[in-house]
Amino acid sequence: MSVTGFFTDSTLCIGCKACEVACKEWNQIPDDGFLWSGLSYDNTIELSASTWRHVQFLERSLPVAGARRRESAAWEFHSDVCKHCENAGCLEACPTGSIVRTEFGGVYIQPDVCNGCGYCVVSCPFGVPDRNPSDGRVFKCTFCYDRQRGGLEPACAKACPTGSIAFGPLETLHDRALRRLEELGEQGIRDASIYDASEGSVGGIHAFSLVRGDPRAYNLPPAPEIPTVHLKTAWRSAAAGALFLLAACAAAFAGTRR
Amino acid sequence: MLKEIIDRWPLVRQIRGGTDGTGPEAMSGQTRRLLPRHDGAEVARSICPYCAVGCGQLVFHRGNRLLSIEGDPKSPISRGHLCPKGAASFELLTHPGRLKRVKYRAPRSREWTEMDLETAMDRVADRVWESRNRTFHEERDGQSLMQCSGIAHLGGATLDDEENYMIKKLFTGGLGFVAVSNQARI
Amino acid sequence: MPGLGTSFGRGGATTAQQDLANSDAILIMGSSMAEAHPVGFQWVVEARERGATVIHADPRFSRTSAMADLWVPLRAGSDIVFLGAMINYVLDNGREFRDYVVPYTNAATILRDDLKDTEDLDGLFSGWDPEKKAYSPETWDYRGSPSKKGKAAGHHEATGGHSKDRGGEADELSVFERDPTLEHPRCVFQVLRRHFSRYTPEMVEKLCGVPREKFLEVAEKFTAASGPEKTAAICYAVGWTQHSVGVQIIRTASILQLLLGNIGRPGGGILALRGHASIQGSTDIPTLYDILPGYLPMPTFGEDSKSLAAFIQKHRSRTGWWANFDKYLVSLLKAYYDDAATPDNEFGFSWLPRTAGDHSHLGYWLDMADGKLEGLFVFGQNPAVGAPNAGFERKAMAKLQWLVVREMVETETAAFWREIDVPPEEIDTEVFLFPAAGHAEKNGTFTNTQRLLQWREKAVDPPGDARSETWFIYHLGRRLKERAARERRPRNAGLNALWWDYRTEGRHQEPDVEQILQEINGWTVADRELVSGFADLKADGSTACGCWIYSGVFPELGNNRANGREPAGPYGHGWGFAWPADRRILYNRASARPDGRPWSERKKLVWWDAEKEEWTGHDTPDFAKKKRPGYKPKKKAEGDDALSGTDPFLMHPDGVGWIWVPSGLKDGPLPTHYEPLESPVENALYPRQQSNPAADRKERPGNAYGSAVDDGRFPHVLTTYRLTEHHTAGGMSRPLSHLAELAPELFCEISPELAREIRIRHGDWVTISTARASVEARALVTERIRPLDLAGRRVEQVALPYHFGPIGLVTGDVVNDLVAISEEPNVRIMEAKAMTCRVERSGGTARSDGGGA
Repeated sequence: MSVTGFFTDSTLCIGCKACEVACKEWNQIPDDGFLWSGLSYDNTIELSASTWRHVQFLERSLPVAGARRRESAAWEFHSDVCKHCENAGCLEACPTGSIVRTEFGGVYIQPDVCNGCGYCVVSCPFGVPDRNPSDGRVFKCTFCYDRQRGGLEPACAKACPTGSIAFGPLETLHDRALRRLEELGEQGIRDASIYDASEGSVGGIHAFSLVRGDPRAYNLPPAPEIPTVHLKTAWRSAAAGALFLLAACAAAFAGTRR
Repeated sequence: MLKEIIDRWPLVRQIRGGTDGTGPEAMSGQTRRLLPRHDGAEVARSICPYCAVGCGQLVFHRGNRLLSIEGDPKSPISRGHLCPKGAASFELLTHPGRLKRVKYRAPRSREWTEMDLETAMDRVADRVWESRNRTFHEERDGQSLMQCSGIAHLGGATLDDEENYMIKKLFTGGLGFVAVSNQARI
Repeated sequence: MPGLGTSFGRGGATTAQQDLANSDAILIMGSSMAEAHPVGFQWVVEARERGATVIHADPRFSRTSAMADLWVPLRAGSDIVFLGAMINYVLDNGREFRDYVVPYTNAATILRDDLKDTEDLDGLFSGWDPEKKAYSPETWDYRGSPSKKGKAAGHHEATGGHSKDRGGEADELSVFERDPTLEHPRCVFQVLRRHFSRYTPEMVEKLCGVPREKFLEVAEKFTAASGPEKTAAICYAVGWTQHSVGVQIIRTASILQLLLGNIGRPGGGILALRGHASIQGSTDIPTLYDILPGYLPMPTFGEDSKSLAAFIQKHRSRTGWWANFDKYLVSLLKAYYDDAATPDNEFGFSWLPRTAGDHSHLGYWLDMADGKLEGLFVFGQNPAVGAPNAGFERKAMAKLQWLVVREMVETETAAFWREIDVPPEEIDTEVFLFPAAGHAEKNGTFTNTQRLLQWREKAVDPPGDARSETWFIYHLGRRLKERAARERRPRNAGLNALWWDYRTEGRHQEPDVEQILQEINGWTVADRELVSGFADLKADGSTACGCWIYSGVFPELGNNRANGREPAGPYGHGWGFAWPADRRILYNRASARPDGRPWSERKKLVWWDAEKEEWTGHDTPDFAKKKRPGYKPKKKAEGDDALSGTDPFLMHPDGVGWIWVPSGLKDGPLPTHYEPLESPVENALYPRQQSNPAADRKERPGNAYGSAVDDGRFPHVLTTYRLTEHHTAGGMSRPLSHLAELAPELFCEISPELAREIRIRHGDWVTISTARASVEARALVTERIRPLDLAGRRVEQVALPYHFGPIGLVTGDVVNDLVAISEEPNVRIMEAKAMTCRVERSGGTARSDGGGA
């Protein structure tokens, strides 16, 4: 069973939101409410307990004479999703063992085990897991674990009309992304980059992207870290603090002996 | 019995497997039994009802209940993909606002009531027959017209070819309606 | 689709969506394909990745523009100027594909001396009658055409409409003169050149608001991508059709593609992007007022309908494929009336109603408003939101005695009696709202935008009392036939004769849909054997066929080709069935040279196999399989035999593509730029003809217009469009939570300049008004829509999606209330894509967020 991944290529995305709907239909997730955000065509706004794929719309300034795709990315679209980190903050934080690594390499929250403590919510450097207040549990993209178990691809990848969301063995996707970057260069597009968080404690993400311009505009932080990267320092501080207290305690009693 | 419980216990599995408690050893029974909900279901090959691209759809069903509607990878036009509307086809067919009974609004009424289907069909036939008899013109100025001018029809672009055929056959070929139109012009 | 129909012979997209991947350039105009046809758009992306240039000409920078190489912002309603200038560019720079144009089009045909062009008559052609407001097209026909008096081929006035065109006919085609050098001053080529000579890059700048360099870039790139080694395609949708000059816009594109030799070639063609699952089917079969299935005309009162023989005489042409007209008509009558139709009673021809007037949607709706209709059926359409001047249409429905609506949900149309300004107690209309089956709950066929018939298998039963339309019509028909059997009078002859013994199945007695498809395919009457195609049909009453262009879809029992699911080859043969005769790329004879060899290896599609002595290739040849390239017709030859081996456009009586349309269109043989019925600017090309003289404004109380030019009250251009997230008039998207949440409110795209001018900020409520109505929407201030510079005059454009109404999970004002009821002269389509408006900050109480109308 090879590790599978998502390669989301923003240069192929047409902002149609088929991925959002296919995900909700397959996973039977309810709507988020009906409020107009005014944020371009994005009324979904963010990943949440009831949105596991979110298409971002970035409007940029157009030159007066009209936009050339190769010269300025005037309106970019990108489908955001749980990153299924190689080293996952949520998985490490989960105290109940609800969050597990599947045989496909994805990070899966078991809904029958999750107690809604929310430790995972604060541990994710991307802000993905979210607690459903009326249900109590935490939800995020399951990487369509049920579908993969049946030998099927995730619902979003299947629906995507232009193949912007590619699904398959992670290795193959990495090769494909590198080739795509070259291809874009040949087309005169030089501001694209692959975002895969491979440097740093996250150690790479199984749902990685190709975007144009600064990844931060796509809610992709420059140096994501998982909280356990601070574990050594944290224990050392705790140990130092404990020693100090012990010493202070001993000193307090030493002074009173006759 | 006790042995089973111990064997299933995640901590025991973890110790025995030498793992760290984040993998299969921590999976519940439900997780380990997970399969797509349409596993083993029947599949009908259909076509999306929204725009005119004509994407192929696979309609999964079991026991006369819909389970999921997805793209058909075999379609040379859509290659298994769907847009957000096509992807919402399951909700299109199952949402709570779908009509299941004939609704009837009496003249001057403020509200709907329900009506039995066969009764409604009989009433509609009555209306058609009466209106047609009042507004049928066999001829004008001595020339054949054969037109029922008092009844019109609208609709067809969302209907099947066979349905359009039957509507035109009955309404025009049989009843003499000329005011027959739909979303199409060009 | 007379734009394509008169140009090429058939009213349908000439190509397939997948074929776009073979294009070297794609012009998308009058369409936002990525938004309205996202899955089809994958083929444009594929072409782009293979190096094709994608050009999007549109008032808004949409999701399609974001994927294009070039976005050309232009003024809504100025399309003929832009496309005409491209034609002018081709002719001026000698970029036409001559080796294609001379043999395959009527460019070389000589026209009459008494023809006058718009250059001679300030925007009119010869033959205009200002009293009748109609053209007599006699002077438009080819030189040498037989006189219109008497019984020779031809007809007395332009018929237009959806049915097949006439003109270009003669008993012997050799009577027409041609100049293959294209120099003769009266040949089509030279008349064309003169007609478009003032459609210059400067005129484009002035009327479209497109800088001349940008225009020239488009013209250069598109023409460079055409020729023997390259092909370019054009995609369009209702951004072209919903205009008072809609048919002529498509004609302009057709002329351009003929000049560049792109028709019938892989990666070329014109892809009409239609908007509903089976709107191609509802045009082919059709539920329309002026045609019968297969584009046969409906008989017209007092003109051609005195006898079957007279009708056939009028519509059958001696040469070209329509020589088979009588076979298709008689077979249709046999399908309708079966054994009751005999030679003695003219196969029941006299039982058909005759048309007399405007029976189109807009025509009869005005009759409805005047109280002339008693009853109305509405199946799966929501005119209360989707129709032009929707407010007017809603009000008019109150004049009905009864209304029958069939829908999956309660739409604004069904509930109109709650949605108008008249108290329900004063509305007498009796309303029956029947629950309808959804697409996976019934068997049936859809015909998609590329003429492909695709079958749907039933998966589950419809819920409760919901039934299919087939069920409804069958059982209604049964009831009515019972009454007709008891009242045998002349008016019921057709109904009594109507063959209606369909097999039914199941506890609900659902008619067998395959049996209906078989009837559409056709059979021989004696033994009910299915025919293998329209070539088997006869005019003597021995065959029956419900729609000749679909014949071949069910050639034998057990072989429903619409349900074919094994695609093979580059065009997917084996998956579905394309009309006609499973030809996927129409006019593909033109993909080969006159001698039968492909134009190039790179663009091979269909070619002559000299050994096997037949046409072969990657697609079913759209040509007589065994007709040699060198075939020359004998004297007195008829039908297809009258066309030579180099005549790819075999539906036309002269076998060639029509750059010049000698008759068949009500507003001219060539496209001419006219301004929309409401415009901010004067028609700079023809100041004496501001708008299409043949268009019908249907002006009346409740359907008012702003000034034709520059109405101070309505200074901006308004256009409407579709969002990906919703569908047409909303009945299939507003009740769905997963779609509703994606686009929950009506918004209006406004430029930052206009926003500053009217002092509103992004997100504020604005009121958009036209001479008809006002709607309120949230302002989405964006650079993606921008003011245009029309030779120094700044014109703002404003764009609104039209999907909202008062019912559903998400609601909003009905944008189509703003649109006027008007009719383009050929197909009676409204002008919904260009009008004038005013935008201002909304007054009165602020709405709470999330609210609708």
